[in-house]
Amino acid sequence: MKPTVWQRLDGLARKITPFGLTFVLVILSVVPLHLPDFQRVGPGLSLMAVCHWAIYRPDLLPPSAVFLIGVIQDSLMGLPIGVSALVFLAVYGMVLSQSRFFSGKPFVIVWFGFALLAAGATLLSWFLVSAFNTTLANPEAALYQYVVTIGTYPLLAWFFLRWQRTYLLLV
Amino acid sequence: LKDFLKNDYRIIAPIRSLVRRFSYFGLVLAAAALMLLGKADIFLVERVSVTITDSLAPILGVLSRPITSAKELGKQLRSLVSLHADNTNLREEKARLLHWQTVARGLDAENKAFRKLLNFKPPPESKFVSARVIGDSSGAFANSLVLNAGSRDGVEKGQAVVTEEGLVGRIYGVGSRSARVLLITDLNSRIPALIESTNTRVILAGNNSARPHLLYPPPGDALSLGGRIVSSGHGGAFPPGLPIGVVALINDGSIEVQPYVMRDRIEYVRVVNFGLMGILRAPDSEARKP
Repeated sequence: MKPTVWQRLDGLARKITPFGLTFVLVILSVVPLHLPDFQRVGPGLSLMAVCHWAIYRPDLLPPSAVFLIGVIQDSLMGLPIGVSALVFLAVYGMVLSQSRFFSGKPFVIVWFGFALLAAGATLLSWFLVSAFNTTLANPEAALYQYVVTIGTYPLLAWFFLRWQRTYLLLV
Repeated sequence: LKDFLKNDYRIIAPIRSLVRRFSYFGLVLAAAALMLLGKADIFLVERVSVTITDSLAPILGVLSRPITSAKELGKQLRSLVSLHADNTNLREEKARLLHWQTVARGLDAENKAFRKLLNFKPPPESKFVSARVIGDSSGAFANSLVLNAGSRDGVEKGQAVVTEEGLVGRIYGVGSRSARVLLITDLNSRIPALIESTNTRVILAGNNSARPHLLYPPPGDALSLGGRIVSSGHGGAFPPGLPIGVVALINDGSIEVQPYVMRDRIEYVRVVNFGLMGILRAPDSEARKP
């Protein structure tokens, strides 16, 4: 049976949610929270999102969307434009090339994989920012952010997995 | 039409897979190219960044409001608790400040008299634009804020951003309704400063940590812990005498400054136009002004 217009619209709306959620996380990560010391070590929410969708539903977050998310993040954070885009694309490519490692594995393994990927992403960002400014960036804050990001990942992954089961099972 | 769509799909499908394969590497190259372009031609890439921030500013403005309000509420509740102690403190402070007021009035009169004697031309009066902080880069690699005021409010590149406590940073990207502040702690921040007690010139350089450090410190023991650092006014970026922070750590080779302004407490700031030609301002921006 051919899907009706409404069914197709519904499907489309569901399909763009991975991009939408990732976009929302980019915005949320720059909203000032006024918590002491938090703003310096906020988790890399967008990195988690990009990584998650690359692992579970890369078809719903194409490279062009990853690129766009990166550029938006760079603009909002005042980073050199292209840094996050490059880092996200690298993570995305890495996940897709290692899709056998991730597919059907228990969450702890995925978490471990994410920890490795995030380490690579943090190192790459640090390298790119240092190269761009031709001076060594302070690695302390980056390390801190890395630890916070790893620690927060299960929470976000739980939410995303629930989202997938509820809205994305059939699209 | 159905047949056409079917045929269409048959043609498009292989092309699509080919495009997909190349688009990834194309995008990687594009990102790298953007970085290089940003290094070479700051203006164009900055425009992109400013435009994106500007278009998302209303969303940030709305999202940051409840957090600011919640914080405000917390502050009020806390002030209720300490009401009595605050009152006593304020009374004492008032007595002390009244004394200072007398002193200041005396000095003001004296100053005026001296100025008259010297035919001194006062510096142009400064104008303020108050703005709310609607964005704070939480990344480990950037230290900047987004304000909800832009060129339509009179904010311009290179202007100083202050709170009542001291210097926050300077404006380095301006959209029509938003502006970006480069904090004094950012890796790219270099501010000509003075050690107040000795009037020694130094450069305050950010390094992405919470405490910027002093470059080109004076030889010998001109520095002491707790010494006040203020802006020097050299280079025309800021007026002299804006409080920045105090010397918090002296190690051999590195002197760290604890800024007066705590980053997590910045909610409202003032963008100040001191009528100075900032070092950051484009040479033609003066000509464009009416």
